[in-house]
Amino acid sequence: MSLSHLRSIEAEAIHILRETAAQFAKPVLLYSIGKDSSVLLHLARKAFYPGLIPFPLLHIDTTYEYPEMIEFRDSFTREIGAQLLVYTNDAAIADGANPYSLGTSKCCGLLRTKAVVDGLKHYGFDAALGGARRDEEKSRAKERVFSFRDSNGHWDPKNQRPELWNIYNGRVDKGESIRVFPLSNWTEFDIWAYIELENISLVPLYFAKERPVLERGGTLIPYESNVRLLPGEEPKMVKIRMRSLGCTPCSGAIRSDADTVTKIIEELFVFRRSERENRVIDHDQDGSMELKKREGYF
Amino acid sequence: MATAIMPLPLTHFTQNTSERTLLRFSTAGSVDDGKSTLIGRLLVETKGAFDDQIEAVRSSKVNRSGRELDFSLLTDGLTAEREQGITIDVAYRYFSTPKRKFIVADTPGHEQYTRNMATGASTADVAVILIDARKGVLEQSRRHAYISALLGIRHLAIAINKMDLVDFSPAVYDAIVAEFTALSPHLRGANIHFIPLSALDGDNVVARSERTPWYHGPTLLEFLENVEVTPAASQAFRFPVQLVIRPHLDFRGFAGQIATGRVRVGDRVTILPSARTSRIERIVTFDGDLEEAIAPMSVTLVLADEVDVSRGNQIVHTGWESTVTREFAAMTVWMSAEPLVIGHTYLLRHGPHQVQARVVNIDHRVDVANYAPLSVDTLQINDIARVRVETAQPLHGDLYQNNRFTGAFILVDPLSNLTLAAGMIEEMASARRTGGAREQFRSGPVTLAERITAHGHRPAWIHHSNPAAAIQLERRLFERGVHVLRTDTALPELLEAGCIVISQAKLEGHTHSALTLREVDETMQELETRGVITPQDVQDQGEGI
Ligand SMILES: Nc1nc2c(ncn2[C@@H]2O[C@H](COP(=O)(O)OP(=O)(O)OP(=O)(O)O)[C@@H](O)[C@H]2O)c(=O)[nH]1
Ligand SMILES: [Mg+2]
Repeated sequence: MSLSHLRSIEAEAIHILRETAAQFAKPVLLYSIGKDSSVLLHLARKAFYPGLIPFPLLHIDTTYEYPEMIEFRDSFTREIGAQLLVYTNDAAIADGANPYSLGTSKCCGLLRTKAVVDGLKHYGFDAALGGARRDEEKSRAKERVFSFRDSNGHWDPKNQRPELWNIYNGRVDKGESIRVFPLSNWTEFDIWAYIELENISLVPLYFAKERPVLERGGTLIPYESNVRLLPGEEPKMVKIRMRSLGCTPCSGAIRSDADTVTKIIEELFVFRRSERENRVIDHDQDGSMELKKREGYF
Repeated sequence: MATAIMPLPLTHFTQNTSERTLLRFSTAGSVDDGKSTLIGRLLVETKGAFDDQIEAVRSSKVNRSGRELDFSLLTDGLTAEREQGITIDVAYRYFSTPKRKFIVADTPGHEQYTRNMATGASTADVAVILIDARKGVLEQSRRHAYISALLGIRHLAIAINKMDLVDFSPAVYDAIVAEFTALSPHLRGANIHFIPLSALDGDNVVARSERTPWYHGPTLLEFLENVEVTPAASQAFRFPVQLVIRPHLDFRGFAGQIATGRVRVGDRVTILPSARTSRIERIVTFDGDLEEAIAPMSVTLVLADEVDVSRGNQIVHTGWESTVTREFAAMTVWMSAEPLVIGHTYLLRHGPHQVQARVVNIDHRVDVANYAPLSVDTLQINDIARVRVETAQPLHGDLYQNNRFTGAFILVDPLSNLTLAAGMIEEMASARRTGGAREQFRSGPVTLAERITAHGHRPAWIHHSNPAAAIQLERRLFERGVHVLRTDTALPELLEAGCIVISQAKLEGHTHSALTLREVDETMQELETRGVITPQDVQDQGEGI
């Protein structure tokens, strides 16, 4: 008799979450409100049951995210009794950082990459759990489950600690930290299959609905209160859903009729394109994700 | 959230007939043998790569393949890798077929990155070892085959690649099969399967090739879909405790992942290393309580008695305990630029258990070019060796050949925090030998107990005043294979070194091992009755018929 594939990766993720709680003095779960974060949060509830999650959640708020995400964040974390922290690079926002004038790459560098590094330093966390998967992007495919960051929050992909079996080395000196990825071995398909199996609640943006949309250079951007209209732009109604969530100006939607998890899974079978394709920032430059990750991006 | 009224059936977690099982495999082989190209090809043909990822590769500036698509770029994801055209670190990729889900570790072939290859192999059920048909079995092929088998991989698929460059010649294939088969005595009984293929053109990767009519075996994918691996649930029950969960005074549970085996409510269990016993009262999960759980599930166990259990302890079935010891021999792969220092204190991580440990001796290093043992006094990065380890606190382990989880450990430098080595337990001293007076952590590089085992006798100091009898006794003992010497200096270190010393000098304070020589036969007899040397009739069993 053997475990099903989903139950095997579930057990592996719970093991990693427990190792994190045991090995570090001050761990945190980086909660991005997306589907992967939601799965991670669900697994964290399982890992410490009947206890509560023994570490806080940290949301890096860029202020350019969808209002629906923030609503969901606040109500869901309250419901499960988790401790939520929110961190924003206020200095950059005060300086007027925005994707329109800075360009997506610089804006992301300030409001995400720098904010993560600063936020972790601000609270003094020595481990940060994230929902990144290796199947998302080519440089992520290379990353360890326990991924070492130096005191500047930087990743050195050419010099990673060997990581054998399920023995994770989380030892760090003061100022250094470990990024922990319990969902490393999950694929996008696994995430959806698990959401269906476990009935996990998600931000409604993942499900297809008629929404006002702007079409920018082949990318569909849902028109939200914090999206600026460019000259001559006019929103139109399209039935869309998001495959991956981020900031409003930078994450594109796809045309879809899938308004349930089951339909999304069916759609994935016919879909032959990766979810990050619709993220504007990932394509600014060849190897751009690796660059961002080396600097501390999640 | 579940409050358990009825126990959940195990089928809540096990596989339905419609669901697929998981197979983990790793690649291995020398630089440029085509590992990444092969994985790229598998990803594309099984639709494990997305169209936009393939398009990105197609439009890439780099292409070393001489074909329309350089498949290796699908896994070589780091900028440095694409620039240099080599793999530096393991890439994990995922694909599935209607039969199975696969996790692939594409590892580097370059010798400098052997440690990354070992990282990829440590969790694999199958290793696909590539050999360039033009080059045959290279030193790296031998090294990687050896490491794969060492890390407990039971199935080696030898993919003889680039057959397109040797006109799909069966003679070339047969010669490599013969060359590789000669290595099998060194591969720990791993099953070896050969497949001729071309990763670049796709021959025998997914579809059968028309260019190898002389080959009747499976394609690589057919092999991977059908190879049988032993489920971890069929072994002895081992539960390393990760955390104690204590949300309120009425609940105390031990959280962990079942490494191997299965457990039921009511089972009698022993906690190691304390050896206290209890019974399983509840198997708790978020989804509800279970009657039974199997490896590799993560669960929380509640025991019937108030026994002391903490992180790093192991719960096992009573009567099926693992060995508790402070001394063992292990094979290691040294993974750090920092060389091994014998006698230096390292941290040994064995699942969630951490103890201080010292490598007290290097039995031999393995020369991977010809698998010959070498005598060395340190280990450098990528060296493989058999070493002896002593730990400050007792360790509860299994032999790696019996258990890939509880037989494995890593060594960590307490100062730099780096992972220095991977280890696989090969032999353990029994609990009795490590108890009592030997409870103190020894600082000496090789322990007396090890010397006694190696020499086959105990040390002794024999005082004499008759040089002729001393020479006679020395000869008698030497013929029995004893480490014996005559010296008139009182050197107690010689006893520490496990020797039998014949001396005119007297040694103070070592009464239990001191004798006085009067007559040679009589002294021989006395050494036997004191248990210093083994009696002749025991030693020479079966001789003299
Ligand atoms: N003709 C031919 N060329 C091949 C075949 N397989 C791989 N190659 C070529 O061999 C070269 C090396 O291929 P890679 O896949 O990068 O080799 P690798 O084993 O992954 O190399 P490292 O990871 O650096 O050890 C590339 O130029 C490939 O196009 C094959 O079956 N036939
Ligand atoms: Mg490669």
